[in-house]
Amino acid sequence: MSELREELKEKIIEQLNLEDVAVADIADDDSLFGDGLGLDSIDALELIVMLDKDYGIKLSDPKEGRKIFESIGVMADYIAEHRTK
Amino acid sequence: MSKGIAITGMGIISAIGNNVAENYSALIEGRKGISRISKIDTVHRDAIMVGEIESSNEALIQQLDLPATNNYCRTALLGAIAAKQAIADAQISDINQYRTGLVSSTSVGGMDMTETYYYDYLENTNTQKYIEGHHAGDSTQKIAQQLGIHQSLVTTISTACSSAANAIMLGARLIKSGKLDRVVVGGTDCLSKFTINGFKTLMILSDTYSTPFDENRKGLNLGEAAAFLVLESDAVVKAENKKVLAYVKGYGNANDAYHQTASSENGDGATLAMEKALKVAGLKPSDIDYINAHGTATGNNDLSEGRAIINVFGDAIPDFSSTKAYTGHTLAAAGAIEAVYSVLALQHNVIFPNLNFKTQMKEFAITPQTTLKEKELQTVLSNSLGFGGNCSTVLFSKNA
Amino acid sequence: MSTKLHIERYCHIKNSTVSLNGAPLFEIASEDFLTFIKAAYKELDTKYSKFFKMDNLSKLAFLAADVLLKEDTSLSEGEKNIAIVLSNRASSLDTDRKHQASISDPKNYYPSPAVFVYTLPNICIGEISIKHKLFSENSFFIFETFSADLLKVYTESLLKTNKAEKVLCGWVDFDADSYEAFLYLVSSEGTIEHNNNEITRLYRL
Repeated sequence: MSELREELKEKIIEQLNLEDVAVADIADDDSLFGDGLGLDSIDALELIVMLDKDYGIKLSDPKEGRKIFESIGVMADYIAEHRTK
Repeated sequence: MSKGIAITGMGIISAIGNNVAENYSALIEGRKGISRISKIDTVHRDAIMVGEIESSNEALIQQLDLPATNNYCRTALLGAIAAKQAIADAQISDINQYRTGLVSSTSVGGMDMTETYYYDYLENTNTQKYIEGHHAGDSTQKIAQQLGIHQSLVTTISTACSSAANAIMLGARLIKSGKLDRVVVGGTDCLSKFTINGFKTLMILSDTYSTPFDENRKGLNLGEAAAFLVLESDAVVKAENKKVLAYVKGYGNANDAYHQTASSENGDGATLAMEKALKVAGLKPSDIDYINAHGTATGNNDLSEGRAIINVFGDAIPDFSSTKAYTGHTLAAAGAIEAVYSVLALQHNVIFPNLNFKTQMKEFAITPQTTLKEKELQTVLSNSLGFGGNCSTVLFSKNA
Repeated sequence: MSTKLHIERYCHIKNSTVSLNGAPLFEIASEDFLTFIKAAYKELDTKYSKFFKMDNLSKLAFLAADVLLKEDTSLSEGEKNIAIVLSNRASSLDTDRKHQASISDPKNYYPSPAVFVYTLPNICIGEISIKHKLFSENSFFIFETFSADLLKVYTESLLKTNKAEKVLCGWVDFDADSYEAFLYLVSSEGTIEHNNNEITRLYRL
């Protein structure tokens, strides 16, 4: 599980072009949106594409994403449970 | 009070009709032009609904009497048809008798042909002619050619979904400042995989009929359309004894300065655009009889725009409706389509219904007009809000 | 407005060089745009992490605008009434190609929302507006080549009718490997006259 979390941190930094952020800067329970990592609605959509592309999870409602992307921890749990690849 | 600029002709082709009269009948009969997509082969066929124009490219080419060697993309075809209608409506026989400009807007340009022939281009020399037609300015040049405008200002505005409203604004200013006597203004955009896929990734396309200002709205229907208006100076109107359809009375543009695509929570940009337009026109909010809202039926737009309307109008909200449930969201053409509808509303003293509305939004108490309403109208406000935070408002009046 | 209009400041970004009023602020030997613009961002102390999410056209326009606007102390925060009128030749073609590539291969079909949002040329104006809190009028034109006259006419109209106190205008073009930004700020301040000859002269510098 901690491997998946690290993997997610790396992917998020890469995918969302978080130039000034390092893996070590993101705690498992940091909130990704709002005051935490400061991600916005387009980032959320980009993460939805990532779920589909890398883990075979399809979300149809962007509102679902908001809950799943609360933190790296929550996201990793969700992926572990639902992944198809 | 500043004087309005005369509108002396208009032309339109959209999913609900091939000319102004057909569009008007559909509007008053509540007939929407939304269906499953038939002309573009997309994997999203069953997941979206669109406002598609019935005529095929071949039919449009025939209508324009173009040679087989033409390289018109669908955007240019639609634009040329609507612009020629506008010129005919304004009863202009010699376009170069006065200094006449063209300000056209598009966001898609020749993307449709690029999508169709992309892989073909390397091998098939017959299709290579469309490469030239890809860029946004090409459709404008072709429309200018069709109208016979050779020596005057011809330019393209590309500010997303507010483009055509900005074209109207620029046209009015060019006449006000005396740079031109007559300007043909409007916009054109065809459906393309490019926009379908793009809006799909933003998850703002509805899988059914769009429902502007409804609590349960699921997103927008994309549409294709073109519309143009002829604006003329008072001197031309007087010299030619022109019939004036309505006046462009005011206009305003502001940036929402919030996000690349999303509108701000309280509609700051839209609020400023409406306030600026009222100021230019020298009118009070209470002078507005009807608002043709941008109303795309996305969660974000309708909430933000609704709040902006409340910011400007307070407790005295005029009748408002979005006509996008009829036509779909026609992107860069939307401001011109809705300008034509605003003028029709003034001419016939009628407010077009906001189709498909069922449930009141929770966040505020304002409700769109959902049935056809007859009412004496003097001034109509039309909003066009674009990605990039580009927000525009145009006011149309019966009187100068 | 009877005051004469001037070009207060101007900025070029091309050939791996950022310059303000004709004098280089930053230069690098690298030919690669991304390497260059990232180094320029750091060197010019831009401090805006969203910069890295932008597409190439926005990066180019944003940095040129930032060079011009961060100097502006004459207007306080919240009252910067600076309109923006930009133009180019390639529209958003560079990013359009990226989006197109992501939808043309059915086997690897993952269009990116973060790419799609930049497939309009005026998004770069949005980025400038967000950073500098400009709620002002803004427009984007597509021309075959740089047109001093239209920019001048539009700008004069905005300033003479008091729609804005200053106008940030110019040319920002990005297509494949070539890029070029020339932005200038027009107001009643400064010494360079705001006319077609001067605009064209500065553009060609």
